Amino acid sequence: MQAQPRTLFDKVWSSHVVADLSGGVSLLAIDRHLLHDLEGGGSLRRIAGRGLKVHNPELTFGVPDHAVATAPDRRADSTPNSSRLLSEMKERSKESGVTYFDLGTEGHGIVHVIGPELGLSQPGMTIVCGDSHTCTHGGLGALAFGIGATEVMHVLATQTLRQTRPTTMRVTLDGRLAPSVAAKDVILATIGKIGAGAGRGHAVEFAGSAIREMSIDERLTVCNLSIELGAKIGMIAPDDTTISYLAGRPYAPQGELFDRACEHWRSLPSDDGARFDVEHRIDAAAIAPQVTWGTSPQDVIAVDQRIPDPAHESDPQRRRAMEAALAYMGLTPGQALEGTPVDWVFVGSCTNGRLSDIREAARVVAGRKVAPNVLAWVVPGSESTQRAAEREGLDKIFLSAGFEWRKSGCSMCAGINGDTVPPGQRSVSTTNRNFVGRQGPNARTHLASPAMAAAAAIAGCIADARKLV
Amino acid sequence: MEKFTRVTGVAVPLMRANIDTDVIVPAKRLVGHQRDELGGFAFEAHRYRPDRTDNPDFVLNQARYRGAKILVTGENFGCGSSRESAVWALAGFGFHCVIAPSFGDIFFNNAFQNGMLLVCMAKDEVERLAADVEGSVTPVMTVNLVSRAITAPSGAETPFEIDAERRQALLEGRDEIGMTLARDAEIRAFQACDRAVRPWIYRTAPQDTESA
Ligand code: SF4
Repeated sequence: MQAQPRTLFDKVWSSHVVADLSGGVSLLAIDRHLLHDLEGGGSLRRIAGRGLKVHNPELTFGVPDHAVATAPDRRADSTPNSSRLLSEMKERSKESGVTYFDLGTEGHGIVHVIGPELGLSQPGMTIVCGDSHTCTHGGLGALAFGIGATEVMHVLATQTLRQTRPTTMRVTLDGRLAPSVAAKDVILATIGKIGAGAGRGHAVEFAGSAIREMSIDERLTVCNLSIELGAKIGMIAPDDTTISYLAGRPYAPQGELFDRACEHWRSLPSDDGARFDVEHRIDAAAIAPQVTWGTSPQDVIAVDQRIPDPAHESDPQRRRAMEAALAYMGLTPGQALEGTPVDWVFVGSCTNGRLSDIREAARVVAGRKVAPNVLAWVVPGSESTQRAAEREGLDKIFLSAGFEWRKSGCSMCAGINGDTVPPGQRSVSTTNRNFVGRQGPNARTHLASPAMAAAAAIAGCIADARKLV
Repeated sequence: MEKFTRVTGVAVPLMRANIDTDVIVPAKRLVGHQRDELGGFAFEAHRYRPDRTDNPDFVLNQARYRGAKILVTGENFGCGSSRESAVWALAGFGFHCVIAPSFGDIFFNNAFQNGMLLVCMAKDEVERLAADVEGSVTPVMTVNLVSRAITAPSGAETPFEIDAERRQALLEGRDEIGMTLARDAEIRAFQACDRAVRPWIYRTAPQDTESA
């Protein structure tokens, strides 16, 4: 008898079930646990305080990213909180046998950038981290999701999690992307189309020809914003692109083990005829460069469209949210976004802080100058991204245009290290959240791709990158 | 974790969709503050004016909703960041229960881990409850986990559904880490089998490679 066709998600989930608990809850084995500076040290301390040991320190990796300074001359104690957080995390990691990627080392960077880059994140793995953008690692075909602080403790103590199985959703994106349209535009347009809550309760698989043609960096960007679709899990089936990406990475398997792993990875993609609880199809060829206008990633339009009018919205809750968003952003319905003056431009984060993102921004910036009204930063997602970009001379392009070229970390994405957009100022940012106060109190954030952010820096206002390349 | 059976107290309606955890507690409060200090920063961006006096327009600041224990709110509440601080801030503010049409997935798990009850109800039922609260002289509500019913300020009763496992965990005030550790033999047996099938998962020393 033919076995039931299964989805990528089904295969990875079922192979990690240690036990079925009552009420539809599974005890799930965890392959990689990533710690960051906000909770890492404290969680290790609390585990020790309960007299417990880290169950599998060899599967646990930590890196400081949220609270660290990003100034070129930064040190562990450059921000008021980083000194305490980093020293505790470093000490506790050492004590419990957890690998710690310190500032200034090749492995340092934003946790969701270094996981793939070091080859720590691999297809078919369960990967968790106390951070909602853990879904990023799904770009390699991993089942990766963010967890809360109590769950972090649970994983440290048991290397498992109690989870209710989500339902499945497939978003099929077919068609060839138009020039100057990036992975970021694809996922923002998807969220704009199906909504910031559409993925809730689902594990989402992104599929279709547009996804298959993407590089791993681009797939990571798409999966990074799964949580902005409401889904804590986003995945893309591993293929030749995935395998050649992983080959030779420091923590990827080597030699005969690599071949065995590849064989396993090739068995993971969803079978023909596999059933998803929900299906969406989107024409990727029709997507134009996107910019958000509001305070939810679903408040997004193509750069040449006009801001929608809440008066035309029939759902009263949604209408109120739109009105509040426009008031916060200082924008008027019907207005064109293109041409709106900006104060800040930020290129970086676990969404768009990888080498290919920096290259895309550099392509727009090359030979041009940042507009006098704009402060513009590039914060590479990791130390090794930074070094690779410098080997290509990209830092020079940005510096001579008037950008700041900084050190790896989360920086202005959430402003936890003090890198914030001042109140009332407008930024175009390659990050993933335009929430109220996300980049600083009363900061006004427009999410966009690296090319679009670079275009805004040069033009001094929201601009269409297609006109600049 | 403390046991949860029922809560009776002031309910406050905050009827907006997509209230994210950055709004519930801003990122800058995630460092340098203890868990039990976060209540003062709940909904910080809305609650205070720039001079840090209370913003009278924000519903949580209205006199009739002082000391609220139950929050009635819009769809996708708690979306965004995984910060458990959002739950600690709500708890610190005094909330024991949140009622909404739907919740962010990670927030949902976090709340139950901290003994906070989240009740999912159809959108029109939540809106009816909110209207009942707004129209009442004293906006006091009871959410009873034992009988799985809400008594609105008007006295109207609404039953609610809740996952049996989560309900039991709250009623007993369970410690999940302890319960899972009791299954450690199973976990180790799983890992031993898995190690034979997928040995590369457990080989985590860095390999010598030319840096990419
Ligand atoms: S870059 Fe931003 S979204 Fe990514 S982990 Fe850091 S703070 Fe979170």
